[in-house]
Amino acid sequence: MRYSIFSLISQALKGHRGWQPAWRDAAPKPGYDVLVIGGGGHGLATAYYLASRHGISNVAVLEKGYIGSGNVGRNTTIIRSNYLLPGNTPFYELSMKLWEGLEQELNYNAMVSQRGVLNLFHSDVQRDAFARRANAMRLAGVDAAFIDREQVRSMLPFLDYETSRFPIQGGLLQGRGGTVRHDAVAWGYARAADSRGVDIVQNCEVTGIDIVDGRATGVQTTRGPIKAKKIALVVAGNSSRLAAMAGMRLPIESHVLQAFVSEGLKPLLDCVVTFGAGHLYISQSDKGGLVFGGDIDGYNSYAQRGNLPVIEDVMEAAMALWPGLGRVRLLRHWGGVMDMSMDGSPIIDHAPIEGLYLNAGWCYGGFKATPASGFCFAYLVAKDEPHPLAAAYRLDRFATGRLIDEKGVGAQPNLH
Amino acid sequence: MRIPCPHCGARDVQEFTYLGDAKPRRPEGLDATEAAMLEYVYVRDNPRGPNDELWYHAAGCRAWLMVRRHTLTHVIESAVPTKSAKAGVAA
Repeated sequence: MRYSIFSLISQALKGHRGWQPAWRDAAPKPGYDVLVIGGGGHGLATAYYLASRHGISNVAVLEKGYIGSGNVGRNTTIIRSNYLLPGNTPFYELSMKLWEGLEQELNYNAMVSQRGVLNLFHSDVQRDAFARRANAMRLAGVDAAFIDREQVRSMLPFLDYETSRFPIQGGLLQGRGGTVRHDAVAWGYARAADSRGVDIVQNCEVTGIDIVDGRATGVQTTRGPIKAKKIALVVAGNSSRLAAMAGMRLPIESHVLQAFVSEGLKPLLDCVVTFGAGHLYISQSDKGGLVFGGDIDGYNSYAQRGNLPVIEDVMEAAMALWPGLGRVRLLRHWGGVMDMSMDGSPIIDHAPIEGLYLNAGWCYGGFKATPASGFCFAYLVAKDEPHPLAAAYRLDRFATGRLIDEKGVGAQPNLH
Repeated sequence: MRIPCPHCGARDVQEFTYLGDAKPRRPEGLDATEAAMLEYVYVRDNPRGPNDELWYHAAGCRAWLMVRRHTLTHVIESAVPTKSAKAGVAA
């Protein structure tokens, strides 16, 4: 069923009893052309672009839980393309352009809201660094505005400008950045992929990868063995575990990142704002809750929950930036498991085993990349050559030294 | 999370600094192959299960500890002082 104002009116007149499930809950077939392991945003996007751009629809997406149960439903929904380094900027800008056309393409309301992402700076050194980033963005054709303290004050008068230890001096504003409803991204891609013939297989955990004569031929799952000509691993958070099934070790550690939402408030914050003197970002959802997050907990973890010190740290940063939050109550908090790569950038590449492809290492910036990640990964799987805009995300860059270290902290994943 | 420091007793995780996996050992001298350095600097087992890791008790006894901790449950099996950290892992 195509969603439109007419389908809505017609269903409203029928008491909304005629809506159909948006995708089939498929049972696995014995074999496929391409198996996408991981039914998160990136996996579903990969399947969708395989079917829509490359005509490969004999595809199954295998998900160990249910669609949207992993990181695609655990992030803070921010989209932006304000990157500094050449390997990153064009890729994330591709993602932004795909976001801009996503709802029309998928015929699904993902609530893409380009409300602006404002990164605050608090010192002269930080001003220089942000000016450099703004210039790099503009050279790459990305929108960037460099605004001063008074312009920030006119946008967000309730922040602490006078008494704080880290007075706000200005900000880097990407007006096209914003937020997207994250569940709807998973559902929209699932529905669009399903309508093109892709099987979405839920509650199907991969327990082994079959390798015959150096070639991946299929997988063992909790719902039986499945053969495939090509296997695409898109399981950020658990990439090391899946790779180990194929005898590989990766330059990745798994860490837990927490996120928070407050009780619902009336509209008061109309952009995404980040604190430059600590690690904190806040936006307000359409339901009214303030959605915010900060640093990862800092130690290897596969637990989808974190510890109290980071919660305290995030709350302190929030109070430093916006003292008025003091009486707002926290409604929920949760954790997700991140693939923290050794240089803070992702991997989209062939695995060293024939027929096996790897999409991993998204650190805590994977959500904004969802469309471009799926787009470029589908290109790689279909054509066996990297998409030009994702060609820097090679697995062997750690051996060749062509790292993409946006933060410049080196091989210490808990600091990226 | 509390880490049972062998010198100070069970202490809050905030007192500690995390370095990471305790397994990698720096290859010897300039003779090390590139492959060995790649392994040491970048490649990790990243297990979901018991993991030997290095923690520094910065706000306590300032000793480096080898902590065996489960990465799914965060249960700590053991924490012992290590002398190998400085020579073998710490940059």
